[in-house]
Amino acid sequence: MSILFKIAIRAIIRNKLRSSLTVLGIVIGVGAVIVMVSIGQGAKVIVEKQIESLGTNVLLIFPVSTLHTATRGVEGGVTLTAEDALAIKQECDAVTYVSPGIRATSQAIYGNMNWTTSVLGVGPDYQTIRNWPLSSGQFISPQDVNAMAKVCVLGQTVSANLFGALHPVDKIVRINNMPFKVTGVLSVKGESATGRDQDDTILVPYTTVQRKIMGITHVDMILASTVTSEARFEAIDQITALLRQRHRIRPNEENDFTVISQVEFASKIVETSRTMTILLGSIASVSLIVGGIGIMNIMLVSTTERTREIGIRMAVGAKEKDILLQFLIEATVLSSIGGMIGVVLGVVLSKFVSYFGGWPSLLSPLSIAVAFLFSNMVGIFFGYYPARKASRLNPIEALRHE
Amino acid sequence: MQDIILLDNIYKIYDMGEVQVMALKGVSLTIQQGEFVAIMGASGSGKSTLMNILGCLDRPSRGNYYLEGIDVSRFSKNELAEVRNKKIGFVFQNFNLLSRTTVWENIELPLIYRKRMTKTDTDRVHQILNALGIETFKKHYPNQLSGGQQQRVAIARAIVNNPALLLADEPTGNLDTVTSMDVMNILQNLNQQWNITIILVTHENDIARFARRIIVLKDGEVISDTPSESYHFTPTSKTS
Repeated sequence: MSILFKIAIRAIIRNKLRSSLTVLGIVIGVGAVIVMVSIGQGAKVIVEKQIESLGTNVLLIFPVSTLHTATRGVEGGVTLTAEDALAIKQECDAVTYVSPGIRATSQAIYGNMNWTTSVLGVGPDYQTIRNWPLSSGQFISPQDVNAMAKVCVLGQTVSANLFGALHPVDKIVRINNMPFKVTGVLSVKGESATGRDQDDTILVPYTTVQRKIMGITHVDMILASTVTSEARFEAIDQITALLRQRHRIRPNEENDFTVISQVEFASKIVETSRTMTILLGSIASVSLIVGGIGIMNIMLVSTTERTREIGIRMAVGAKEKDILLQFLIEATVLSSIGGMIGVVLGVVLSKFVSYFGGWPSLLSPLSIAVAFLFSNMVGIFFGYYPARKASRLNPIEALRHE
Repeated sequence: MQDIILLDNIYKIYDMGEVQVMALKGVSLTIQQGEFVAIMGASGSGKSTLMNILGCLDRPSRGNYYLEGIDVSRFSKNELAEVRNKKIGFVFQNFNLLSRTTVWENIELPLIYRKRMTKTDTDRVHQILNALGIETFKKHYPNQLSGGQQQRVAIARAIVNNPALLLADEPTGNLDTVTSMDVMNILQNLNQQWNITIILVTHENDIARFARRIIVLKDGEVISDTPSESYHFTPTSKTS
């Protein structure tokens, strides 16, 4: 076996240019698989981080039923109220914090700067639910909510656009031509799972948005956090039961609201990114197979070219198995050299992509191992046919071959 | 002396689709240990076919071939490979050395297809290199050698496994007269002094006279089997 290995290595070295071109196909294949998978994995990491930033124990309640979403769309739901939110907090023991949410779009002005952004009416629990620390100042207090106070908390993007380097706390900004006092500034949250800039927002007491800005009595949604991540299913059941009762929905009627878990919502996105990884990986695998066909091609040429060598070896006593192994080892060595170079190339390239492309790439040892093993298998698979062909040669004819 | 080869009514029939070609029609002969036999005949006489069967490269269609008392005529491909590896050495007209492979590696080739290379094997290669006066070329490649030198390497390879039988198929066909004589002398010495049984296939009378027995084939049959009249032997120092 070790002798056959030596023979194979020698044959590879004898034809340096040809061998390196053969190897190149596998190098590109393995490299591409590793780069593609690491990019896909990187996307998954981004999404997972965002899910974590959303909070795994957060539930969202919208004022439409799942059935009606398709026909009526999300607009126009007026069934949820701030009282529903309070009731959930009081009566559902799987739920710890609850905050209503009302979204409005408004222009904020400070001095000669203005910025159009989303104004979100929330309750004091909102900060805890979203697990969103302040970088300075204070959050909206229960007193602010009760008093419909004109106070606000700025997201980092808003703060940067209105105040630049200035310190916004205790300054007055005008929202909807009304003066609001800035009580605090949120820390950076980054992009959401859907790519929205979460820092481009102004938080104000939900009562203030209801009465002073929009003149409505309902809320757009209710955010709730559960005791633990696992308690979310129990919480969904409790909330559903409570709201059905409060909204007087008969047993055979559809819900006029929907409870969604953030985890379930985001896991769809994770699934998408996994699909992308598989897609990218399979496209890259095609190039690996093409590389394998390259090996087969070269091995076929090589066995024809070396027919007389095979004849000589057979004449002095090489068995079919010896010839088969010799060529199989040759193909496998070529493909594993290609695999090794490909791994190095893939690692370097994905570092390169994440460094210059600003895209996080995650090198998973598993994908590297799989790509490498796969390249070896390609070598064996595509090397087998030419090797078998060589081993089945008739020694008399092989010796006569010119 | 022991019969090293016993051919019993050997037939070789090639099936060419519609017609069947009978290359050998009932060849029977015995060759004893230490003989030097020349097989002669025109092309198409069946001498190549006989050579292939004797060399265990091919099997007879009918009849039995006993090599050192063992019937090898029904051996499988792998069994034949093993027989070739252990009992037979080949010398070809066109040398058939592996190119881009050193002289040393060419000579040890039969040995590497055995289980394991031992110190004895290495010593054996050394011994043969010395005996044939080619040890200075051991790291050379065949294309750096003259025809005569290449044929010496081929002979070295043929005897490295200490074969029962050395088959030489037109060994001087690609060599000039002087070198041919030289190569024949080496074969003669191996026969005389190492007591190696040699079967030589040739169509040249000048070459056949180095053998002690001449078998002539015609149309797949042995038409004469006689001792060489002009056999002569001059020992040379090279193979002593």
